[in-house]
Amino acid sequence: MNKSELVEKLAERAKITKKRAEQVVNLVFDQMTEALKRGERIEIRGFGSFTSKAYDAYTGRNPRTGETIHVPAKRLPFFKVGKELKERVDYPPGAAPRLDHSLELSSSHDSDDDDDDDSDD
Amino acid sequence: MADGTPTNFSSEVVGKTLTKADFVESVYSKIGGLSRRDSAEIVDLLFEAVKETLSRGEPVKISGFGNFVVREKKARVGRNPQTGRDIEISARRVLTFKPSQVLKDQLNT
Repeated sequence: MNKSELVEKLAERAKITKKRAEQVVNLVFDQMTEALKRGERIEIRGFGSFTSKAYDAYTGRNPRTGETIHVPAKRLPFFKVGKELKERVDYPPGAAPRLDHSLELSSSHDSDDDDDDDSDD
Repeated sequence: MADGTPTNFSSEVVGKTLTKADFVESVYSKIGGLSRRDSAEIVDLLFEAVKETLSRGEPVKISGFGNFVVREKKARVGRNPQTGRDIEISARRVLTFKPSQVLKDQLNT
């Protein structure tokens, strides 16, 4: 779903014009951008939170050419998904695909309480 | 004339947290013809539409802001750091956010 599809969906559900829905969508995301620019946190209950982290400048290296490059100080935005959305996005309890057979559990560990071996007949 | 226009979202105090109430106030004050109650409902519907789409595993791409994408993580073997025993970490779907270049540039101007 992109922004115009979100606008359409919002217009339909809120029973408002597309123009108005577009204003709302732009307003909300612009307001989030402005808050992050000011270094503020955003917390949307049931959805998640946004923060921005400041990074110091450092001297890095282009791994391909070996050339030394200066990476300036920067701020980057981060999103942490909220509990409700995290659960809605994930598989329902018990429905997750199981581990691939090619991966084995605890073969390299000398735990002597390996008590799950079937007792034959 | 008391129009109830809030001023809280114009403050520049670092450490402030923007919440849904702030969105509601700006929708109410900047878009004409909506009651506060309408504004609150519209803001809720907006986030609900986004959540619903993501819950179906579909990405939500907001140009100029960023992309919310659901990623499938395969089951893998992890280790309980307390006991040192191997455990299965089940397959899961997780939500990731990739900020757009526009947003990243905005934060650095």
